[in-house]
Amino acid sequence: MPEATYLDANELVINMGPQHPATHGVLRIKLRLDGEKVLGSEAVIGYLHRGVEKIAENRTYTQFAPYTDRMDYVAAVTNGMAYVEAVEKLMGVEVPPRAQYTRMILAELQRIASHLLWLGTHALDLGAMTPVFYTFREREEILKIFENYCGARLTTHAFRIGGLQYDLYDGFEREVANFCDYFTPKIDEYEALLTKNRIWINRTRNVGVLTPEDAVALGVTGPVLRGSGVKWDVRKAQPYEAYDKVEFEVPIGEKGDTYDRYLVRVQEMRQSVRIVRQSVERIAPGPIMGKVGKVIKPPVGEVYHSIEAPKGELGPPSFVNLQALDTMVRGHLVADVVAVVGTLDIVLGEVDR
Amino acid sequence: MADEPKAPPAGGSSEPPAQPAPPAGGPGATPPKTAPPKPSAAAAKPAPPAAKPVLKPEPWSSPLLDEMQKRFPGAILDPVIFRHQPSVTVAKESLLQLCEFLRSDEGGEYTLLTDHTAVDYPKRDKRFDLVYHLYSFKRNDRLRLKVLAADGEKVPSVVSVWPTANWLEREVYDMFGVQYEGHPDLKRILLPDGWIGHPLRKDDDILKQDDAWVQANVGIKSGQ
Amino acid sequence: MAEHALQFLQANPLTYAVVKILIVFAVLSGLVAYLVYMERKVLAFMQARLGPMRVGPWGLLQPVADGIKLLLKEDIIPEGADRWVFLIAPAISVAAAFTCFAVVPFAGNFFVTDVNIGLLFILAVSSLGIYGIILGGWASNSHYPLLGALRSSAQLVSYEVAAGMAIVGVLLVSNSLSMVEIVKRQQEMGLWNVLVQPVACIIYVIAAVAETNRNPFDLPEAESELTAGFHTEYSGFRFALYFLAEYTNMVLVSCIAVTLFFGGWLRPFQSVRALDFLNYMPPVGLLGGAVFVFLLGRHNRVPMERVFFIGLAVVLVLLAGLVAIPVVLNAVQGIFWFTVKVLAFLYAFIWYRATFPRYRYDQLMNVGWRVMIPLALANLIVTAVLRYFLSSHGSASPAARLIGF
Repeated sequence: MPEATYLDANELVINMGPQHPATHGVLRIKLRLDGEKVLGSEAVIGYLHRGVEKIAENRTYTQFAPYTDRMDYVAAVTNGMAYVEAVEKLMGVEVPPRAQYTRMILAELQRIASHLLWLGTHALDLGAMTPVFYTFREREEILKIFENYCGARLTTHAFRIGGLQYDLYDGFEREVANFCDYFTPKIDEYEALLTKNRIWINRTRNVGVLTPEDAVALGVTGPVLRGSGVKWDVRKAQPYEAYDKVEFEVPIGEKGDTYDRYLVRVQEMRQSVRIVRQSVERIAPGPIMGKVGKVIKPPVGEVYHSIEAPKGELGPPSFVNLQALDTMVRGHLVADVVAVVGTLDIVLGEVDR
Repeated sequence: MADEPKAPPAGGSSEPPAQPAPPAGGPGATPPKTAPPKPSAAAAKPAPPAAKPVLKPEPWSSPLLDEMQKRFPGAILDPVIFRHQPSVTVAKESLLQLCEFLRSDEGGEYTLLTDHTAVDYPKRDKRFDLVYHLYSFKRNDRLRLKVLAADGEKVPSVVSVWPTANWLEREVYDMFGVQYEGHPDLKRILLPDGWIGHPLRKDDDILKQDDAWVQANVGIKSGQ
Repeated sequence: MAEHALQFLQANPLTYAVVKILIVFAVLSGLVAYLVYMERKVLAFMQARLGPMRVGPWGLLQPVADGIKLLLKEDIIPEGADRWVFLIAPAISVAAAFTCFAVVPFAGNFFVTDVNIGLLFILAVSSLGIYGIILGGWASNSHYPLLGALRSSAQLVSYEVAAGMAIVGVLLVSNSLSMVEIVKRQQEMGLWNVLVQPVACIIYVIAAVAETNRNPFDLPEAESELTAGFHTEYSGFRFALYFLAEYTNMVLVSCIAVTLFFGGWLRPFQSVRALDFLNYMPPVGLLGGAVFVFLLGRHNRVPMERVFFIGLAVVLVLLAGLVAIPVVLNAVQGIFWFTVKVLAFLYAFIWYRATFPRYRYDQLMNVGWRVMIPLALANLIVTAVLRYFLSSHGSASPAARLIGF
């Protein structure tokens, strides 16, 4: 750094990241500050860019499936699910009900796991260090179920094009039901720590407000969009798998601030438990693979498929949601940047791909 | 840009070249060879296991399409529907007006641009398909727009219609080298600013990289 | 031998003072090291985990290992830093923190010195500690430390005012600035100041948390915002000095709070004859500790650790026996209660950290200027007015006695 830069600048440009405790990976944000006030921000991304699309060009459909897990690596199940569903749609394959319910159970558990990770780290960013240990404790139970099912905890590669590779193991249903019973009171526990905590409310209310109009214009999806009061969930609007056969609600926020998004995600965890409970009840013996050949060879064509991933409509939500950052932090303080980055719930593996 | 939604279309077009690629090797040589057998092979093979699904895109007709054709005569080409997903190709000149129309009340309120990406067909004269995926909350309906563009051709930016296109177009520019007109800040987004090359073009080999940049900035010979 | 030594010390007050300073310094350094251990353990138990377990039995040697590690690490000075200021800043922080203990009465019979402006001395010297933070942040010539230092100074200025005014309320009641006198006054009243000046007590405790940069007021080093705040560029031994200063300050404000509001070295309910059995708490407490350690270590799988725990239990029992001797019991009575109260405060500090999110900078200022300072001012005025009227009616009235005039 050249000399004479001590205090002579009115406008301070600081670099948040790519190595920074609160940027959730290798995100870099260039902040222009006036004191502590944010005048503008620019997200610099690409530090984790692996060129997934190029890899896809050089792999067969089956070979590429595991790569999808490495994008949003904290929600690998839903990523893989979106991919296999897209290929199935292209081929016109029908997935048997047992496989559908299994996928839903695992996907909803994954949503809970992803939200737990978000809740813990978001609270940690705002200085509450205890929730992260509690949420990881519960997330661990979900990862154990994943591990029992497919042998992997994080990058699961749980599904195959056309259905499932493995049938459920003995006691899966009981384990999942036990988890639901165990988990519901735990959500109350997190809420007891945060929801009515005055400092928590102070830190999140009216921070990073996104009006419904802005939210749609910026293309954000998922809990960020619903936190702004737009009641839209792909699971409801254009159901895939068997989401049209289970009952659940789509929680929405009112003001579109960080606190609303917190409430929405906490409510979503409760709704996910509901979906899991219903799916476990309905899951019946039967085939687990649809009619697909040994070699996956879909017809030439183009399909668009999206699902409701934990972070938004898959394609890829973190990338699009991150774009809203500048709108949300302008005029706020440095501490709020951390809150907003947290509330967007981004995963850099998915932003950069 | 798309990881999930994009992978199938990109894969769908590139998969046949990719599979015979290892023996053939040269990226320039394979696509023409495999392109002709593509439709027949695809139509024949998956047909026996699943006879029901429609395998070929069918012509699409809807009141919205009629309205579009009425307002933009000659600009709406090749309206098809495949797997219940309507898709139209749009003349580049009418893109902005059409987008504004689709976003407006009478156009069906396609207020959400869920994705924008590109597909590269290197042998074609206009090699890029620029794909826009729109969604309307009111109609609960998706619509795909396509614009054809040649290498170096300027395409109007839709950032003024959907602000979210900002980063999406930057990524397409970064990965394919498509030039947008009227984009507020068109620069690379994932790759570093000084990088040379556009990796998602089909004629870019997967092992290719900007060796000079890597050597200058990372200080290693290659990224392998 | 012992008598000789005592006589020598009494004959040479300077040597006596030096010996006392050395004792305080040594004990305090050890206490601070183990305060870090206590913090990690308490936090861990609140967060469903175990904390340090590897170095020594139950991780008891962790502070030693940490100390050695920090001493041996490379001392990095950034290129653009203002070298001398950068080097001196952490020393200022530590020196200020330790100096204040010169006037803290650990017991009625043990303090380094008692000056008649003790409280003023503490306020003055502890405020100097902020220079260490500001200079350190500024000299690093880096953005995050600078922001941390600015936050720290703003925070300290705001909360120092509130704390100062809360303390003045105590002064009005106590009629003295001497720390020893303040405790003695509470003894005469038979009431701790916390009951006489509850508002002042609450304000002081909150301000104390803010002044020590502890959660929920830990903005100067908010790791998720400013990486490490003012000490981002510090490493090794100098970082350890800042660390030491922070925890020493924690002990210091706890000591002040105990002295001003919680009767210092006085036993709880000293004026109640029926509770005199509490005088035997020191040996009983040690015995309890012995039982706890014994139960903890009895089933330890590692033979060495089992031996250690049982040995520790035996040592504690022997200590309890020693303390039970009336002469010794009298001597340690004050220091025992003082330590217990300070530990309770330190525990609360850790508890806050496990519970609260962090305030934002502007919110912190709002709380400081719009709530704490007006409240402290109101408390001060009410106390002053009451004192004026009550003392003019003579100190015989029951109401006057109640608030201590």
